[in-house]
Amino acid sequence: MAEPTPKGVLLTPLFRNNPIALQILGICSALAVTSSLSVSLVMTLAVMSVTAFSSMFVSLIRNHIPSSIRIIVQMTIIASLVIVVDQVLKAYAYDMSKQLSVFVGLIITNCIVMGRAEGFAMTNTPGLSFLDGIGNGLGYGFILMTVGFIRELFGSGSLFGVTILETVQNGGWYVPNGLLLLPPSAFFIIGLIIWVLRSIHPDQVESNEFVMKHNTEPKEAV
Amino acid sequence: MAKDNNSIGKVLTVAFSLCLVCSIIVSTAAVALRSKQAENQELDRKTNILAVADLLEPGMNVGEEFAKAVTPKAVELASGEYTDAVDATSYDGLTAAKDPEQSRKLTADEDIAGIGREEKFSTVYLVGDTENPEKIILPIRGQGLWGLMQGYLSVKGDGNTITGITFFSHSETPGLGGEVDNPRWKAKWDGKEIYAADDGDTPAIELVKGGASNPNQVDALSGASLTSRGVTHLVQFWMGAEGFGPYLERFRSGDAGAADESQAAAVTTDETEGA
Repeated sequence: MAEPTPKGVLLTPLFRNNPIALQILGICSALAVTSSLSVSLVMTLAVMSVTAFSSMFVSLIRNHIPSSIRIIVQMTIIASLVIVVDQVLKAYAYDMSKQLSVFVGLIITNCIVMGRAEGFAMTNTPGLSFLDGIGNGLGYGFILMTVGFIRELFGSGSLFGVTILETVQNGGWYVPNGLLLLPPSAFFIIGLIIWVLRSIHPDQVESNEFVMKHNTEPKEAV
Repeated sequence: MAKDNNSIGKVLTVAFSLCLVCSIIVSTAAVALRSKQAENQELDRKTNILAVADLLEPGMNVGEEFAKAVTPKAVELASGEYTDAVDATSYDGLTAAKDPEQSRKLTADEDIAGIGREEKFSTVYLVGDTENPEKIILPIRGQGLWGLMQGYLSVKGDGNTITGITFFSHSETPGLGGEVDNPRWKAKWDGKEIYAADDGDTPAIELVKGGASNPNQVDALSGASLTSRGVTHLVQFWMGAEGFGPYLERFRSGDAGAADESQAAAVTTDETEGA
């Protein structure tokens, strides 16, 4: 890989190396928090700040981290930051933190944060690592906001809580799609996004790990 | 360098200092923000109570309005009498229910709401005059389909007519059982009666499919039979003999505090006209 540039680390994670679409990391929180846009936005900001600051702190002390305990050192830094973010949300965005419930705490287990700390921050300077964290947060946020947009618009007929399509429950005409309010719908949407991204960037398609055999002939089965 | 980093001394130093720094950061954040968080929780509870009492308006000062309009009172559930044994403003029923000292285990027959243990006291919120309240707001909770649902029920001063219901915490399916949050559905509770006219003591209020036909029935949530059943059970439980039954009985028989029946009736009429 070429020497990382500030612009590169900030922008490649958006489409070319998206943490969700290419690396398939952080899927579980993307399923859980995307039923409304405002919640997706807060989650994006939380993940972005945790990724950026944890990468920066890991990078700051990277020359002193013993390799035998480096994972737990990274985890400690990430966990502390997550608790701080959780506390701040509870103090200043109480309603939001109630909706996000456990998922803020679960940022600790979000593989994007850990992956960037281990994969990038351990070998790069603090400034670049910080930008890399922001970039990956943006990449994560891009998917979250797209999924959140589709789910909220067609699932509850609103965007950021503002009614766009008047639902039948409230006397309108729009019959909301119940599936979109449930977590599995995010799977379909993320799958479609991955399809689109890989059609635009065919180099993202992994080579087959095995060759599919021909279908079994009926006479072989007997 | 790498070799030095892995010496036992270095590992211990790094681990220890990292833990120290992180714990200081975390505890500073927790301590510094605690008062703000407690305030938020309190505000959230008050907002919910004002909402169910129909007093909430956008942009109002919730804390002030709450202090002005609402009086919290602790009630002993078994006798239905007001009590000073616990502090009404700080008492938390859910916490108390987990403490064997402050609660009792419900038998399977009693426990229709599926809550397991019931606290001995509860806090009610009175709107208007404390002797002749305009509305009484009662905390309710019970199992829905996926988990505990917690909310408030607002009852008129006659101890029978419901004016509103709200759930501030539940985990029902969005779009189906989650419609317990829907204002249009909640509005259907207004004016319903908890007890049947001919049989005074057992709560008759229930959710029914296919259209409510008398004052004791509320339309069930479509597509959410189990949530609807949960709501029926939890309302019946908390309005029944194990819950606020004895307390509400005092209002229905008209001997709450010093009030006589005609006065209580007059207050109710005034309010209806005003509404």
